[in-house]
Parts: sequence; structure tokens; C-alpha cells
Amino acid sequence: MKGKGLTTDDYPLAEKRPDLARTRRGKTLEDLTLAGIESGDVALEDLRITPEALRQQAEIAVAAGRPTLARNFERAAEMVDVPQDVILRIYELLRPGRAKGKADLLDAAKLLRGTYKAEQMAAFIEEAADVYERRGLFSKRF
Amino acid sequence: MQDKSPTPPQIKVNRWRRFADWDERPLRLDKFAVEDAAAGFAAFSSPNDPKPGLGVENGKVISMDGIAAADFDMIDIFIANHHLDVDIAMAAMAIPSPEIARMLVDMNVPRAKLVRLAHGMTPAKLAEVVTELNALEIAFAYSKMRARHTPGNQGHVTNAKDDPLQLAADAATAVAFGFDEVETTMRVARNAWSNAIACTVGAAVGRWGTLFQCSSEEAEELQIGMAGFSSYAETVSVYGTERAFIDGDDTPWSKAFLSTAYASRGIKMRCTSGAGSELLMGFHESKSLLYLEARCLCLQRGMGVQGTQNGGIDGAPITCTVPGGMRELMAENLIAVWLDLECASGNDARPTESEIRVGAKILPFLIAGSDLICSGFGSILKYDNSFNPSLMNGEELEDFLVLQRDFEADGGLTPVGETEIIDLRSRAVQAIAAVFEELDLSKPTADMMASVVAASGSEETESYLPRDVAVISEAIKQRGINVIDVIKALAKRGFRQEAQNLLNVVKLRVTGDYLQTSAIVRNGRIISAINDPNEYLGPGTGYRLSPERREQLVNIRDVLDRDEVLRSEGRHAKTEMRLIQYRTMGLAEPGADPKEVVIGISPGFGLKIFRTLGGHPLSSVLDALTSGIRAKGGKPRIVRLRHTADTSFLGLSAARLAGSGVGIGIQAKGTAVIHQRDRLPHHNLELFSNAPITKLEHYRRLGENAATYALGESPEPVVVPTKGEAMGARFHAQVALIYAIETGLTEDGATPENIEIRLVEAAQ
Repeated sequence: MKGKGLTTDDYPLAEKRPDLARTRRGKTLEDLTLAGIESGDVALEDLRITPEALRQQAEIAVAAGRPTLARNFERAAEMVDVPQDVILRIYELLRPGRAKGKADLLDAAKLLRGTYKAEQMAAFIEEAADVYERRGLFSKRF
Repeated sequence: MQDKSPTPPQIKVNRWRRFADWDERPLRLDKFAVEDAAAGFAAFSSPNDPKPGLGVENGKVISMDGIAAADFDMIDIFIANHHLDVDIAMAAMAIPSPEIARMLVDMNVPRAKLVRLAHGMTPAKLAEVVTELNALEIAFAYSKMRARHTPGNQGHVTNAKDDPLQLAADAATAVAFGFDEVETTMRVARNAWSNAIACTVGAAVGRWGTLFQCSSEEAEELQIGMAGFSSYAETVSVYGTERAFIDGDDTPWSKAFLSTAYASRGIKMRCTSGAGSELLMGFHESKSLLYLEARCLCLQRGMGVQGTQNGGIDGAPITCTVPGGMRELMAENLIAVWLDLECASGNDARPTESEIRVGAKILPFLIAGSDLICSGFGSILKYDNSFNPSLMNGEELEDFLVLQRDFEADGGLTPVGETEIIDLRSRAVQAIAAVFEELDLSKPTADMMASVVAASGSEETESYLPRDVAVISEAIKQRGINVIDVIKALAKRGFRQEAQNLLNVVKLRVTGDYLQTSAIVRNGRIISAINDPNEYLGPGTGYRLSPERREQLVNIRDVLDRDEVLRSEGRHAKTEMRLIQYRTMGLAEPGADPKEVVIGISPGFGLKIFRTLGGHPLSSVLDALTSGIRAKGGKPRIVRLRHTADTSFLGLSAARLAGSGVGIGIQAKGTAVIHQRDRLPHHNLELFSNAPITKLEHYRRLGENAATYALGESPEPVVVPTKGEAMGARFHAQVALIYAIETGLTEDGATPENIEIRLVEAAQ
């Protein structure tokens, strides 16, 4: 199994499909012990979600009849490796009046698509760029 | 003109004083607003609300709720692009609203079918459907439509000093009471990191699985989450008008982006919205509260968040000033669950000073159940709540526990005993102190810790002040301390179980199971709308209390039973033995002396029961009665009646034995009657039914009056003044238990016995 075709029967993954769980550094759930933390073998990096886990949860959400939730998980999967400062910068740019014009948002989309392969999130920001233009949200706010 | 009828006297009265009484009640602190749709004060409908409608061409929405796509504002666009499922929309929109409303309350229509229809419904349509339902139907539909089977609850843990010791103790306490999520915020913004660590550590004491959030500025909250100090977020607010959204400094896209960012960090997340926010922000477009909230909720489903915190929230108080406001809050919660969102159903910001309105507000949610009944039950005292007082608070937590027991309804909380609480609070302050010491952040004294463990609220503590906390908090932030450091510190200082508990919560991120709709942790397992779905289909289905859970709920403190009553009487027995001796003098015959008044005492009087419900020793009561009789020239005779324990029959039997024909009947619990030989059993001369407030002076006057009747005169009846106490609530459990002891001693046909008493010492 490569996480394909997961259903609601596979949920919760930690319980039903621990075989699918791998941390960013390849550890299994069983490896994440208190002793591991004490010895320094387990780090914060191992306690982060992975793109794979988010895509698996997206499959389960689809199976549960929640397509919009699934799409959010898919966008999130693309964002796992986007650094915190980049995320906060793009968030700030999406707030009303922050971007000077459509190009600012399209640049952010290009960065997400190019550097982080965040195709769906890039498309989402392109959509925002169109709407912001239509609704005059680029106007300078004080 | 026959104009001779007298003119009625003029009555110069300005005001019925009852209005003045009402002025003094807490209710009158609440202010109410006139319904005025143009000014935004309309709960369910406004002339400005659009009519439901949808146009779709080639799979694209061309109009929605009477607005052409070209005129959509950003909220319309987002809803049309991300919420509406055009595959079902035309079919769903074609069903008349009253018909869908009936499906919502039809137990035979499965939830899943209605959820599917909602995917194709516009905000105006959703609002129109739920408007068809009355409050009871909304509550029922809510119970059927909520996503997760098992109900839960969320609590606030904050204090007025941002004191980390108290936060830890109170978090552990909240966990013990069963909150599935705890939420903190600060008085001073820069104390966020300290608050987060303190609550994280406190919530790891006792058991694991309570999710925690630190409500803070957006970027900082995300950073705190990244450091592992929070497991969920719910401060991502959305609004129902474009102008309110922009004024809130966001757009649907910026908020959706932020929501995705939380998911990408493995943090559970829900949005916040609720009636009244647009009204408070001044951009309501003269639309009804419900319609605007329906827009918020469609938006949230479109964003792909798993859930919502709605039901007024900060706007609940203003919503409750409007006619139908509370019904509206229920209706918007219903739309949330119908859209298949986890619902933290408000019951949060306190919308009233009236305890009756508080109880009325919470009840439908308690009996219907909810993913999180309160989106912030104040687990702490009102003045310690840094969000603002909640509907229910630390002061009222036991009331809530009793409501669970009254209605056999699971509100997510569980009574906890006093010893257990002290142990947990002690452990929590020791744990956070150890972490602070180990990480070289601070070293609290034993006195500080003790004051916190005992304190009900921060006014009673001798602990950290906000400025001390700021130093700690800045250090945590500057040094980049994260949850691994805290786990290590706990483990190193011997708090291994707490370290493991905390690790278990952080580990939830790895697989992200708790990101799914309505996920919480129970007994070490994730339950959510996926593996614990609400599949209500009528009586016998849906959530029911298991025998084990029922046992937990009913187990409130200080519950009376027969043994407890007997134990308590046993303690009084010793004292009474020293004060009075009862001697049985054989069969009681009818007397001949016209001055004789018989006092008929009940079977257990002075044998099993020794005090009245008013707390008076029976020796003193008999002293008062006999003194009173003698004072008016009567002659008392005491007779124990063993065939009955009923006050009326005790009195009547005593009267029939008395030479005067007047008798007193008295039960051991103090209920008494003056009776006369020829009267019907329940047609007595005077009744003293309120034993708990009957004092010795009343018993003495009772004796006096009985003697006065015996002499053929008519005294002023004794009135025992009542202040309207709920006597039944206060005493009936005890009464029934005591009375059962007395009736257990009765024997059919048992003969009356003369009793001689000797008051050994001056009984008072």
C-alpha cells in the first residue's frame, strides 16, 4: 500500500494503518518514545506532519464525503515544506490593501508553484488575485 | 338623572411596587433592543435579505440568491467557487424549503442525505429552511445533524494575573472535569508563551488527550503551535459582509490560506463566526443575523475547514437583545452541523445577567448534545476569565454537573472529588515549577505553590504577577524553547507520566488523524465524525448514556442515603440521651380531665430520630410543647402512637385520647398539628407543615394554643413565617428517608403507650 485508495475503514491511521506512518526522518510511530526524546534521537522534526500524511487524510476525507476538507488537506500537503516566514509573508500579502497590485499576488503564486511545487495553492492565490482586482482590494488602506 | 351613586374614593397610587421589585432583579441589567431590520437588529429575516435562488450554466454559477455573478462580492464569489456543488445544487434548490425543514426533523431521513443536499444550497436557502423550525425543532434537528456521535465540551483556562502556576493547576483541574479542549488567552499579549507552556504542562497532568490552544495574535499563535505548545486553533474569524471582512483586515482567501497553514503544521483548526459580529462592526447591510451567518458558514465549508465555532460568540450578547435572538443562535448552530462542520456551539460569552436565561440558553444544547457544547465554558471564576465571562463559569460548574444528572444528558463533564482535585492541582504546580527550574526560567516558592493549589481564583493567590510573567514569557520566546525541551525537563525531574502524556498529544500531529471533522481524544483514542459518526434514526439510536457513563454523571458530591441519615441521627442520639429519658408506662387509655391535652409522638420519636429538620433536639421540642400547654392552664400527657406516622392521624388519635378532645400530633422530624376529636382527619385546627423553619418559640405557642382550644377559646393561630425557601428542594430527600424510617416502625393495630419524660438537664 502506498496510501492509495484509503477509506474510512483505515481511520484513524495511527491505529489502523501505523505501517503508513513515517516521520520526516523516516521514523515509525513506535520510534517516537520518551526514551528517544531523552536520548536526543527524537527531535521536533519527527513530531511534524508530513505531506504524505496530509494526502492520506485527504483521501479519507473524500471517502467520508468531505471534498472541500480534502482539498484543504491537499493544499496543506503542498505547504508543509514552505518555511514559516514565507507563509507569514504570503498571508500578510493576502490581507486587504497589502498587495500593491495583481502582480504581487501572482509573484507569490509563482514562488509557491516554482520553489515548493504548491500547484493547488498557487492556483488558489491566482484566483484571489482576480477577485481582489475585481473588488478593488488593492487600493491602499490606511 | 339617577345620579345618586357614590363616587368611588380617589386612589392616589403611582406605581405597583412589583415593578420596583423587578427593577432589582439581575434581569433588568440586561438591555433589550427594538426589532429594526434597517439598523441590523433582526434575527431571522429582514426585507433586505435576498430570496433564495441559483442559476447554473455549463456547470458555472451565473447567479446566486438574486445576484448576478457579475455583481458578486468576494464572499459570493468564494461561496460560488468553493462551497456550491453544482452536481446537486439544482436538485437541492428545487425542493421547497418547508419540505426540507420537515426532512430535518424527520428521524427517518438520514443525516447523510441532508448533508449532501446542503452542499448544493445557497446561504439564503439554508436560512429560509431553518427559519421554518421552532426552537424545539431546531434543537431536535441539531441533535440529529451534529457530526460526531459522542458529545464533548471545551473550557477556558485563564486568570487575571496570567499566573503560570494557577494556569497549570486550573488546566489540570479542567482536564479532570473532562473538558476535551482547553483554551487560554492573556491579559498581557506578551505573556502568550508563558501561558502556553503553563497550560500545556497542566493539561498533561492526570490523563492525556485534552487538546489545547493559546488564543493570540495570528502569527504568534502559529509560532506557538509550531513550537508544539498548542494542538488546535479557533481564532480564524470570518464575517458575512464584505465590508466587515475588510474591516477585520482579512479576506476569505487570506483566512483560507491561514487555515491551510495550520493544517500544514498538523494543528487542528476551526473558524469562528457568529451572529452580531457584522452588526457590532457597523457593516450589516441591513440583513438579518441569520442570513449573514449562513454566508459565513457556507464560506467556511468552502474553505475546507473541519469545523466552526459559532452561535453568536462575541456577538451572542447583542444577538440576545433582539426578539428571537436565542432561537437564532440555535438556528445558526444547526446550519453549521447541517453543512457537516464540527460545531463548538457558542454558549460562550455571557449574554445575560439572569441565571434563568443562562439555564434556558444551555439546556437545548445539553440535551441535544454537541461536538463541543460550549466553545469556552469558563472553567475558572468569572473575574479570572480573560476572554470575558462565559455563559457558564467556575461559579456555576456544579450547576451544570447537576443539570447533566437531572436530564441524564451528557454535557461532556464529570464530577470530581475534593481529594483528587487537590492531588492534581498540587501535581500540576509541582510540574510547572520543575519545568521552570529545569529550563532556568524561574523558581517559584513553596508558599506561592500552596496559595495557588488552594485558591479558587487569582484574588486569593500569592504568586506571579503579570510583569514577572512577561520576563518568563519573553525568555521562552527568545531562547526558542519548544515542547521537546519541556518534555525532557518533565522527564528529568521525575514527571515521567506527564512527559509521556505531553508526548502523546504532540504525536497526534504525525498522522494528522485529529485534523478530521469533529476529532477529539477519548480514553487515548481519536474519535471523530469518521469513526464515531452520529447516525441518529430515532429512539434507541444516536448517543445514549452507557451504564458506566451514567454512573459517572450521577455521582455528584454530598448525596444523601438512608445510612447517611441514620449515621447523622446516631451522632445526635448520644447528646439526647444525656438530656431526656423516655419511660414507657403501658397502654394509653382515653383521659377524662377536660384540661388534658395529649401530645401524640410518632413511632421513631426519640428512639431513632433525635432532631427536627429545623435542627432542634426533640427534648427541647417536648419541653416547649409541655411548657406552652401548662402556661395556659392545660395538662400535657405524652403518648407514643405506633400504628401511624402520619401527622394528621397522630393528631387525631391524640385528640381522641385527650380528656379535652384536643391533641397535638408531632413527627420526629418536627411536623406538627393541633387536632380535635370530632374533626375530619385532614381538617385540623392548626398545621405546622414547615418543620425546617419551625422554631422552639413556635412549638411553645403551639402548646399554648392547644391548651387554649382545650379551654374552649379561640386563640390567634400561630403563623410560621416563610421567606419562600424551596423547602422541598432543601429537605424532601431527607424527609422521605426519615419518614421511611418512621413508617418502618409502624405496626397495624399497635396500641398507644403512655410516655413519661424526664428532662435531665435544662433542655434548650
